[in-house]
Amino acid sequence: MNKNYFEIKRAGINTTFQDQGRGNLYHIGIPFSGAMDNRNFQISNKLVGNEVNFPIIEFAYQGPLLKYFGENINFAITGDVKFIIRKKKNTIEGKCYQSFALENGDELDIISTNKSVYGYLAVSGEFDVNYQWSSCSVNTKANIGANNGKKIEDGQKIYILNINKNLSDKKLNYINTKIENIRVIQGTNFDYFSDEGKKIFFEKEFVISKLSDRMGMRLEGPKIENIVDTNIKSEGLLKGVIQVPADGNPIIMLSDHGTIGGYPKIGVVISADYDKLVQLTPGSKIKFKKVELADAETLFKLYDLETQNLISQIL
Amino acid sequence: MIKNISNLGDAALYCDFGSEVNKEINSKVIRYFKSIQKENIDGINNLTPSYNKLIISFDLRKKNFQMIKKLIENLNITNDDELETNRIKIPVCCDENFSLDIKRLEEKLKITRDKIYEKFFGKEFFCYMTGFIAGMPFLGDLENELQAKRLETPRVKVPKGSVGLTEQFANVYTFESPGGWNIIGNTPQVIFDSTNENNPNLINPGDVVTFEQITKEQYYNNNE
Repeated sequence: MNKNYFEIKRAGINTTFQDQGRGNLYHIGIPFSGAMDNRNFQISNKLVGNEVNFPIIEFAYQGPLLKYFGENINFAITGDVKFIIRKKKNTIEGKCYQSFALENGDELDIISTNKSVYGYLAVSGEFDVNYQWSSCSVNTKANIGANNGKKIEDGQKIYILNINKNLSDKKLNYINTKIENIRVIQGTNFDYFSDEGKKIFFEKEFVISKLSDRMGMRLEGPKIENIVDTNIKSEGLLKGVIQVPADGNPIIMLSDHGTIGGYPKIGVVISADYDKLVQLTPGSKIKFKKVELADAETLFKLYDLETQNLISQIL
Repeated sequence: MIKNISNLGDAALYCDFGSEVNKEINSKVIRYFKSIQKENIDGINNLTPSYNKLIISFDLRKKNFQMIKKLIENLNITNDDELETNRIKIPVCCDENFSLDIKRLEEKLKITRDKIYEKFFGKEFFCYMTGFIAGMPFLGDLENELQAKRLETPRVKVPKGSVGLTEQFANVYTFESPGGWNIIGNTPQVIFDSTNENNPNLINPGDVVTFEQITKEQYYNNNE
């Protein structure tokens, strides 16, 4: 019987196990899932000495309150998150991008994300999770992944295997930057929209609606007029695709999106901007900026290099 | 055979096979899908066949649009006769508790429920694609007299196993989900099984499906 575990005193709003996600299943109807903010997911693992694709706990807004039982372990939290560690004698204010130790009986209270949506908790060991199609990523809609495909719940225990005995303190100097301009490539149905609609899309501000989750981000703003057909024959979707249904309000597909959709695609968010996009909270104002394919490819290379560079700074 | 290849974002190919929805075009899509799947091309991380499009997603760390486009253009595509087709029978119970929209259909289509069932059961339907939710098959084509629009206001929860009709298509809700199709019955058959990783879907693109009506008794026996 494993003796190292967290007892969940408060699960938080949307707390799930995630990793890099699962591919090659769109044709079955199963999306990628995986950590929404890939950069912060990888960094969290590196800060506790894990491989970058180890399972982690992702939380949104309010995080979990976890009581730890077992031998000493390190953990790290990434994102923009407020958390404290309650020890028997004192309370420590936590800092993101830095490893901390947990001893038997300590409580980790992940109070909330600040001006962002998702945060990541990694531990110097392996969460005892089950895998489906080589990934533990939880898809609550299809109940696929770890924890029977469900969110982490109050009162449950989360076991940790193979704790790394060589605990060393790790740290990264990094601050999450925010973006207001989301760069997009024109979609395959760009010409379904009126000249005025196209102009609105690239020039006006849109506000992120509260009706946003791991499946999609809904936007509100000036209506984008469709002059051809408000439906298309259903076809595949990708994360980052921006659909505009009949009501004229864009929806951006996120990691748990339905695999097929029938609304015209006005644009696709470039890969380089996805991690930053998902961190934007409801009420945030965004603008779309048009880029060409070649530029998007270069921007992704730069973004990926920057991520690799950050990871390699953690020794 | 692909009419046009363009990019969908920076990490996917959008292969356009035409604008119509018919078996002939869809078979081409499926043939491409299966041929590419067989090639196991490094860097391709998803294929989404649909009525008349095929979307090929790739890992931008490994490949880019031009590289994948060239690969696809030079690919050998499986011939017609090599396409595997499974024939699948799906039992459906049309008890009142299951046939949620049969009255609506009677009104919209102006035919009796017996006629609706007569035109639906025992007929062969082709699986164009699967998806939206895991394992959901899009089957066609329904006769003209069975073609109705979706509900004006979609249901927040369509029960698992529900068999629905919309326009020329039929589908099965593989688990509880929001949805707007006209529900005519329910199947006890498991259509999607996530524990069967090699073959989670009972019905796959290219398969031929026939629905068979069963009684309430048979339904619950099947469920045990």
